[in-house]
Amino acid sequence: MLMTKAESVEVKLPSVLGFEKVAMGTAASAARLMGFPEDRVEDLKTAIAEACINAMEHGNHFNDDLRIAVTLTLRDDALEVLVADKGPGMKNAPDSRTQIAPPDIDKKMHGEEPARGLGMFLIQALTDEAEWVVGGPEGGSYVRLVIRLKKEN
Amino acid sequence: MQTDTRVAVDQTTNSAGGAVTVLRFAGDISSTSRDAVLGTYQGLAKDAHKRILLDFTKVDYLNSSGIALVIQLLLEAGRNEQRVQLFGLTPHFRKVFTMVGITKYTELFDDEGAAVASFD
Repeated sequence: MLMTKAESVEVKLPSVLGFEKVAMGTAASAARLMGFPEDRVEDLKTAIAEACINAMEHGNHFNDDLRIAVTLTLRDDALEVLVADKGPGMKNAPDSRTQIAPPDIDKKMHGEEPARGLGMFLIQALTDEAEWVVGGPEGGSYVRLVIRLKKEN
Repeated sequence: MQTDTRVAVDQTTNSAGGAVTVLRFAGDISSTSRDAVLGTYQGLAKDAHKRILLDFTKVDYLNSSGIALVIQLLLEAGRNEQRVQLFGLTPHFRKVFTMVGITKYTELFDDEGAAVASFD
Protein backbone atom coordinates (compact mmCIF):
# COMPACT_ATOMS: atom_id res chain seq x y z
CA MET A 1 0.00 0.00 0.00
CA LEU A 2 1.53 3.34 -1.07
CA MET A 3 0.82 6.09 1.43
CA THR A 4 1.18 9.75 0.61
CA LYS A 5 1.26 10.62 4.31
CA ALA A 6 1.40 8.77 7.59
CA GLU A 7 -1.94 7.31 8.56
CA SER A 8 -3.02 6.59 12.10
CA VAL A 9 -5.36 4.07 13.65
CA GLU A 10 -6.35 4.21 17.30
CA VAL A 11 -7.92 1.48 19.38
CA LYS A 12 -9.02 1.86 23.01
CA LEU A 13 -9.26 -1.28 25.06
CA PRO A 14 -10.61 -2.17 28.49
CA SER A 15 -7.96 -3.21 30.98
CA VAL A 16 -9.14 -6.78 30.81
CA LEU A 17 -6.98 -9.70 29.74
CA GLY A 18 -7.98 -11.05 26.38
CA PHE A 19 -8.65 -7.66 24.79
CA GLU A 20 -4.99 -7.48 23.76
CA LYS A 21 -6.07 -9.76 20.91
CA VAL A 22 -8.07 -6.88 19.44
CA ALA A 23 -4.88 -4.80 19.24
CA MET A 24 -2.98 -7.78 17.83
CA GLY A 25 -5.55 -8.27 15.08
CA THR A 26 -5.69 -4.59 14.21
CA ALA A 27 -1.91 -4.27 14.08
CA ALA A 28 -1.58 -7.44 12.03
CA SER A 29 -4.08 -6.12 9.50
CA ALA A 30 -2.22 -2.81 9.25
CA ALA A 31 1.15 -4.54 8.88
CA ARG A 32 -0.14 -6.80 6.11
CA LEU A 33 -1.57 -3.77 4.28
CA MET A 34 1.91 -2.24 4.47
CA GLY A 35 3.50 -5.34 3.01
CA PHE A 36 5.21 -6.79 6.08
CA PRO A 37 6.26 -10.43 5.67
CA GLU A 38 4.37 -12.87 7.85
CA ASP A 39 7.27 -13.54 10.23
CA ARG A 40 7.43 -9.82 11.05
CA VAL A 41 3.65 -9.72 11.52
CA GLU A 42 4.04 -12.48 14.12
CA ASP A 43 6.84 -10.52 15.85
CA LEU A 44 4.60 -7.46 15.93
CA LYS A 45 1.61 -9.39 17.31
CA THR A 46 3.63 -10.79 20.21
CA ALA A 47 5.25 -7.43 20.99
CA ILE A 48 1.89 -5.63 21.02
CA ALA A 49 0.26 -8.33 23.12
CA GLU A 50 3.00 -8.05 25.73
CA ALA A 51 2.85 -4.24 25.73
CA CYS A 52 -0.94 -4.28 26.17
CA ILE A 53 -0.82 -6.86 28.97
CA ASN A 54 1.85 -4.82 30.80
CA ALA A 55 -0.29 -1.68 30.41
CA MET A 56 -3.40 -3.45 31.71
CA GLU A 57 -1.61 -5.08 34.64
CA HIS A 58 1.12 -2.70 35.77
CA GLY A 59 -0.27 0.58 34.42
CA ASN A 60 -4.01 0.32 34.99
CA HIS A 61 -3.99 -2.52 37.56
CA PHE A 62 -6.82 -4.22 35.66
CA ASN A 63 -9.16 -1.36 36.59
CA ASP A 64 -12.28 -1.82 34.44
CA ASP A 65 -12.83 1.93 34.34
CA LEU A 66 -9.44 2.64 32.76
CA ARG A 67 -8.66 2.06 29.10
CA ILE A 68 -5.40 1.56 27.33
CA ALA A 69 -4.91 3.42 24.07
CA VAL A 70 -3.11 1.71 21.20
CA THR A 71 -2.12 4.05 18.38
CA LEU A 72 -0.69 2.68 15.15
CA THR A 73 1.05 5.10 12.82
CA LEU A 74 1.66 3.69 9.36
CA ARG A 75 4.64 5.23 7.58
CA ASP A 76 6.21 4.26 4.26
CA ASP A 77 9.06 2.39 5.90
CA ALA A 78 7.82 1.49 9.37
CA LEU A 79 4.92 0.95 11.69
CA GLU A 80 5.04 2.86 14.99
CA VAL A 81 2.95 1.69 17.92
CA LEU A 82 2.15 3.59 21.11
CA VAL A 83 0.51 1.70 23.97
CA ALA A 84 -0.56 4.17 26.65
CA ASP A 85 -1.95 3.56 30.12
CA LYS A 86 -2.80 5.70 33.16
CA GLY A 87 -0.02 4.46 35.39
CA PRO A 88 3.00 6.44 36.59
CA GLY A 89 5.41 4.43 34.47
CA MET A 90 8.58 2.67 35.50
CA LYS A 91 11.42 4.10 37.49
CA ASN A 92 14.54 4.00 35.33
CA ALA A 93 12.42 3.07 32.33
CA PRO A 94 14.49 1.67 29.45
CA ASP A 95 14.90 4.02 26.51
CA SER A 96 15.65 3.06 22.93
CA ARG A 97 19.39 2.77 23.71
CA THR A 98 18.99 0.46 26.68
CA GLN A 99 19.62 -3.19 26.00
CA ILE A 100 17.31 -5.34 28.12
CA ALA A 101 19.15 -8.45 29.28
CA PRO A 102 17.75 -11.79 28.19
CA PRO A 103 15.99 -13.77 30.90
CA ASP A 104 18.21 -15.87 33.16
CA ILE A 105 16.69 -19.23 32.32
CA ASP A 106 18.97 -21.04 34.77
CA LYS A 107 17.63 -19.00 37.69
CA LYS A 108 14.06 -19.50 36.50
CA MET A 109 14.59 -23.23 36.09
CA HIS A 110 16.06 -23.50 39.57
CA GLY A 111 13.28 -21.48 41.18
CA GLU A 112 15.67 -18.66 42.10
CA GLU A 113 13.57 -16.04 40.30
CA PRO A 114 9.95 -16.01 39.09
CA ALA A 115 9.23 -17.75 35.81
CA ARG A 116 7.38 -14.62 34.70
CA GLY A 117 9.10 -11.41 33.64
CA LEU A 118 9.74 -12.16 29.98
CA GLY A 119 7.55 -9.47 28.42
CA MET A 120 9.86 -6.48 28.17
CA PHE A 121 12.70 -8.60 26.83
CA LEU A 122 10.43 -10.02 24.14
CA ILE A 123 9.06 -6.59 23.23
CA GLN A 124 12.55 -5.23 22.66
CA ALA A 125 13.90 -8.36 20.99
CA LEU A 126 11.03 -8.59 18.50
CA THR A 127 10.96 -4.94 17.43
CA ASP A 128 13.47 -2.53 15.92
CA GLU A 129 12.96 0.15 18.58
CA ALA A 130 11.32 0.05 21.99
CA GLU A 131 11.22 2.69 24.69
CA TRP A 132 9.18 3.19 27.81
CA VAL A 133 8.17 6.81 28.36
CA VAL A 134 6.81 8.45 31.51
CA GLY A 135 4.29 11.22 30.93
CA GLY A 136 1.95 10.65 28.02
CA PRO A 137 -0.18 13.31 26.29
CA GLU A 138 -3.06 12.61 28.70
CA GLY A 139 -0.88 11.81 31.71
CA GLY A 140 0.11 8.26 32.48
CA SER A 141 2.87 6.63 30.51
CA TYR A 142 3.40 4.76 27.29
CA VAL A 143 5.61 2.36 25.43
CA ARG A 144 6.67 3.24 21.90
CA LEU A 145 7.55 0.48 19.47
CA VAL A 146 8.84 0.71 15.92
CA ILE A 147 8.97 -2.16 13.50
CA ARG A 148 10.50 -1.47 10.11
CA LEU A 149 9.63 -2.96 6.76
CA LYS A 150 13.30 -3.76 6.27
CA LYS A 151 14.49 -5.42 9.45
CA GLU A 152 17.52 -3.94 11.15
CA ASN A 153 20.18 -6.42 12.18
CA MET B 1 -13.19 -11.66 28.78
CA GLN B 2 -12.84 -15.40 29.25
CA THR B 3 -9.93 -17.14 27.66
CA ASP B 4 -10.14 -20.80 26.94
CA THR B 5 -7.44 -23.42 27.45
CA ARG B 6 -8.33 -26.98 26.64
CA VAL B 7 -6.13 -29.95 27.43
CA ALA B 8 -6.39 -33.65 26.77
CA VAL B 9 -4.09 -36.35 28.14
CA ASP B 10 -3.11 -39.14 25.75
CA GLN B 11 -0.81 -42.10 26.00
CA THR B 12 1.47 -43.48 23.34
CA THR B 13 4.64 -45.56 23.27
CA ASN B 14 8.09 -45.12 21.86
CA SER B 15 9.73 -47.77 19.68
CA ALA B 16 11.03 -49.56 22.77
CA GLY B 17 7.52 -49.84 24.15
CA GLY B 18 8.07 -47.20 26.81
CA ALA B 19 5.03 -45.21 27.88
CA VAL B 20 4.89 -41.61 26.65
CA THR B 21 2.27 -39.22 28.03
CA VAL B 22 1.05 -36.47 25.73
CA LEU B 23 -0.58 -33.27 27.04
CA ARG B 24 -2.46 -31.86 24.07
CA PHE B 25 -3.21 -28.19 24.53
CA ALA B 26 -5.70 -26.22 22.46
CA GLY B 27 -6.93 -22.62 22.47
CA ASP B 28 -5.06 -20.04 24.53
CA ILE B 29 -2.14 -20.46 26.90
CA SER B 30 -1.90 -17.37 29.08
CA SER B 31 -1.94 -16.36 32.74
CA THR B 32 -5.41 -17.87 33.14
CA SER B 33 -4.17 -21.29 32.00
CA ARG B 34 -2.48 -22.29 35.26
CA ASP B 35 -4.97 -25.06 36.11
CA ALA B 36 -4.99 -26.42 32.57
CA VAL B 37 -1.20 -26.46 32.24
CA LEU B 38 0.23 -26.98 35.72
CA GLY B 39 -2.88 -28.55 37.22
CA THR B 40 -3.04 -31.19 34.52
CA TYR B 41 0.66 -31.92 34.82
CA GLN B 42 0.47 -32.11 38.63
CA GLY B 43 -2.43 -34.55 38.34
CA LEU B 44 -0.16 -37.11 36.69
CA ALA B 45 1.43 -39.69 38.98
CA LYS B 46 5.12 -38.81 39.08
CA ASP B 47 6.41 -42.37 38.95
CA ALA B 48 4.07 -43.49 36.16
CA HIS B 49 4.77 -40.64 33.73
CA LYS B 50 8.48 -40.34 33.14
CA ARG B 51 8.29 -39.28 29.47
CA ILE B 52 6.00 -36.36 28.73
CA LEU B 53 5.25 -34.49 25.52
CA LEU B 54 3.58 -31.09 25.33
CA ASP B 55 1.58 -30.72 22.11
CA PHE B 56 1.09 -27.11 20.94
CA THR B 57 -0.32 -28.00 17.52
CA LYS B 58 -3.78 -26.60 18.29
CA VAL B 59 -2.71 -23.62 20.39
CA ASP B 60 -4.04 -20.41 18.86
CA TYR B 61 -2.56 -17.88 21.27
CA LEU B 62 0.44 -17.98 23.56
CA ASN B 63 1.95 -15.11 25.54
CA SER B 64 4.78 -14.61 28.01
CA SER B 65 2.63 -15.64 30.98
CA GLY B 66 1.85 -18.87 29.14
CA ILE B 67 5.53 -19.41 28.43
CA ALA B 68 6.20 -18.89 32.14
CA LEU B 69 3.76 -21.72 32.93
CA VAL B 70 5.72 -23.98 30.59
CA ILE B 71 8.93 -23.00 32.41
CA GLN B 72 7.29 -23.85 35.74
CA LEU B 73 6.18 -27.21 34.37
CA LEU B 74 9.71 -27.94 33.17
CA LEU B 75 11.09 -26.93 36.57
CA GLU B 76 8.75 -29.31 38.40
CA ALA B 77 9.39 -32.10 35.90
CA GLY B 78 13.12 -31.70 36.39
CA ARG B 79 12.71 -32.05 40.14
CA ASN B 80 10.58 -35.16 39.56
CA GLU B 81 13.15 -36.68 37.19
CA GLN B 82 10.73 -36.63 34.28
CA ARG B 83 11.77 -35.81 30.71
CA VAL B 84 9.59 -33.31 28.85
CA GLN B 85 9.78 -32.51 25.14
CA LEU B 86 7.69 -30.07 23.10
CA PHE B 87 6.24 -30.23 19.60
CA GLY B 88 3.84 -28.40 17.34
CA LEU B 89 4.99 -24.84 18.00
CA THR B 90 4.77 -22.42 15.10
CA PRO B 91 8.08 -21.18 13.67
CA HIS B 92 7.49 -17.87 15.48
CA PHE B 93 7.12 -19.49 18.87
CA ARG B 94 10.02 -21.87 18.24
CA LYS B 95 12.04 -18.69 17.80
CA VAL B 96 10.58 -17.11 20.95
CA PHE B 97 11.17 -20.23 23.07
CA THR B 98 14.74 -20.32 21.81
CA MET B 99 15.22 -16.61 22.58
CA VAL B 100 14.18 -17.03 26.21
CA GLY B 101 16.50 -20.01 26.63
CA ILE B 102 14.00 -22.82 27.15
CA THR B 103 15.88 -24.97 24.65
CA LYS B 104 18.63 -25.33 27.23
CA TYR B 105 16.23 -27.52 29.22
CA THR B 106 14.06 -29.20 26.60
CA GLU B 107 13.91 -29.85 22.86
CA LEU B 108 11.43 -28.51 20.32
CA PHE B 109 10.22 -30.86 17.58
CA ASP B 110 8.16 -30.23 14.47
CA ASP B 111 5.80 -33.15 15.00
CA GLU B 112 4.76 -35.87 17.37
CA GLY B 113 6.66 -38.61 15.57
CA ALA B 114 9.99 -36.87 15.94
CA ALA B 115 9.22 -35.95 19.56
CA VAL B 116 8.29 -39.54 20.50
CA ALA B 117 11.41 -40.83 18.73
CA SER B 118 13.54 -38.56 20.92
CA PHE B 119 12.65 -40.84 23.85
CA ASP B 120 14.10 -43.93 22.12
